[in-house]
Amino acid sequence: MQGNEACALGAVAAGCRFFAFYPITPAGEIAEKMSQLLPRARGVYIQMEDEIAAIGSVIGASWTGLKAMTATSGPGFSLMQENIGYAVMTETPCVIVDVQRAGPSTGIVSAPMQGDVVQARHGSHGEYDIIALAPSSAQEMFDLTIRAFNLAEQYRTPVIVLADETVGHMREEVIIPEEDSLTITNRKASSNAEEAALGFLSPSVAPMPIFGKGFAAHVTGSSHDEHGMRQASAPEAIDKIVRTINQKIASHTGQISSIEKVMMEDADIALVAYGSCARTAEYVVRKARKKGIRVGLVRPIGLWPFPARDMEEALKLVKRVIVLENNLGQLFPEIERAVPDDAEAIFLAPEILATLHRPDYVMKHVTQEAR
Amino acid sequence: MAHPLAKYIRKGAQPHTHCSGCGNGIIAQSFLRAVDEVGIGKQKIVCVAGIGCSGWIPSPFFDVDTLHVTHGRPIAFATGVKLGNPELEVVVFTGDGDASAIGGNHLIHAARRNIGIKVICVNNMIYGMTGGEVAPTTPRGTKTTTTPFGNLERPFDLSKLVIAAGGTYVARWTTYHVARLVASMKKALTRDSFAFLEVLSHCPVHYGRSIGITDPVQMIRWFQKQSVTIEKAREMSEQDISGKFVVGEFVDVEAPELTRLYAELFEAANRDTN
Repeated sequence: MQGNEACALGAVAAGCRFFAFYPITPAGEIAEKMSQLLPRARGVYIQMEDEIAAIGSVIGASWTGLKAMTATSGPGFSLMQENIGYAVMTETPCVIVDVQRAGPSTGIVSAPMQGDVVQARHGSHGEYDIIALAPSSAQEMFDLTIRAFNLAEQYRTPVIVLADETVGHMREEVIIPEEDSLTITNRKASSNAEEAALGFLSPSVAPMPIFGKGFAAHVTGSSHDEHGMRQASAPEAIDKIVRTINQKIASHTGQISSIEKVMMEDADIALVAYGSCARTAEYVVRKARKKGIRVGLVRPIGLWPFPARDMEEALKLVKRVIVLENNLGQLFPEIERAVPDDAEAIFLAPEILATLHRPDYVMKHVTQEAR
Repeated sequence: MAHPLAKYIRKGAQPHTHCSGCGNGIIAQSFLRAVDEVGIGKQKIVCVAGIGCSGWIPSPFFDVDTLHVTHGRPIAFATGVKLGNPELEVVVFTGDGDASAIGGNHLIHAARRNIGIKVICVNNMIYGMTGGEVAPTTPRGTKTTTTPFGNLERPFDLSKLVIAAGGTYVARWTTYHVARLVASMKKALTRDSFAFLEVLSHCPVHYGRSIGITDPVQMIRWFQKQSVTIEKAREMSEQDISGKFVVGEFVDVEAPELTRLYAELFEAANRDTN
């Protein structure tokens, strides 16, 4: 199965019942699949007039209690940024899948690149924190889409699935578990007027005052208090918002952003890679091990909030760290900070950006560092 | 004695934030009267507000679910709310800049889709909240804070725009035509289909200053004097209509409403699989 199709299946399995889209490559197959799957689940597939409308309608649908998602690629992701900030500000759970392609601008529509990593973190204006997951297989397009919904529901926040063209378009075996065996998280909704009156800004995530229940919820992207009421001129109000919505994510980094370690037990050299780059990295690790080189892979699965502590722990015994990204080093500064003082971090882009790292090119660097 | 519409006002939301003499108060009261007379329960209403003075009509003053969103996007958000729960009466409060400049795309597509949201567009022919800048609806020649030598561009006729996009209910009134405005709002609220209500509203602070009428009552009188009904306008020459505000109910037709079509799709999709 294709990665993009697996993403759609994961979304529906997670309970997604609203999907809005504006056509863009290489995310199109997600929409095709959703348009087939949703009507049977009595869910809405709608093609909006642009990506701004797609994310806007997703946020609107989320306030009626539905799990909602949109999918796009770089240009559309740029257009969505203002409303992603709105979803952060109003604590609206939703999922945005960005199947990254080569940019800036229109770039190359069907070439893999990881150019939106920093945009995912900081693309909308203002001070905020965000969750972004990076699948590296078709299986993870399924698994992490479900996880994205679970995190969105748990923390009442938009979650980004930061896929890339390779992962979206690759075909490989995907195991779809029985429905009963999936872990599905549903948001806490306000159950009475008292709860609904405190519908925002709880460090432990306030229950959501869903529309149509008689709570007269007030939802605004302006600075507001825990009742949702506008506090448009009090610095104390925006201070509380920024600290609360950042803290509810940052204080759970360990639970949100996991890392995978491959053959790291005795490794002198660590490759750090995520998304499609991690596939090449793992291949090289296994091949180098056969040559007796003590190399391992550390793969951040959650990129944001950056799992700094786990990364430090994973890298604490290595002498060399080679970071593979299909860009000019967007996550590299975060990883470099986690490298021990007596070790060295090297950044390695593919020889030609928007192509995958060639295994023998990576192997050459690994062999060099092993000397 | 409480005002008969007080039950629709959110507790603690007052005092309001509109400039003195603003047309928003007339529109707010007209809407609440329409809601009250039609008898829609408060818990069924969701008001979606854009950015600009018009957004502050429902937000936070109406005691209903309110989604106050990003500039230009209330119709897009409202589309998600209505599709998410078609039982809700979803009403958009938007301004002329919000609906036709930054958000023009969403307006025409909502009309084309015939999704059953009701759009109340408060057209004051200027950007009020940000300081009286020229709008896509500002008449040619008008001096605003950003057209000190007079506006060079032609204004949008918003109702015509929505009619061309397929709007099934389109009406325009001014803040002078309160009784007719309430009647049109009631009609919009009792129909399934998309509705667009353009309300020319007096902004004595900014537009009034631009045209030299800063007294709100005088502005309403000016609306009265400058308005002609669509019925009358049909018999007038183009020259005579120039500079007038044509008001009335322009379109009132039924067409399949989008959320109903979805409901049919869901039935069909599940019949096929059984």
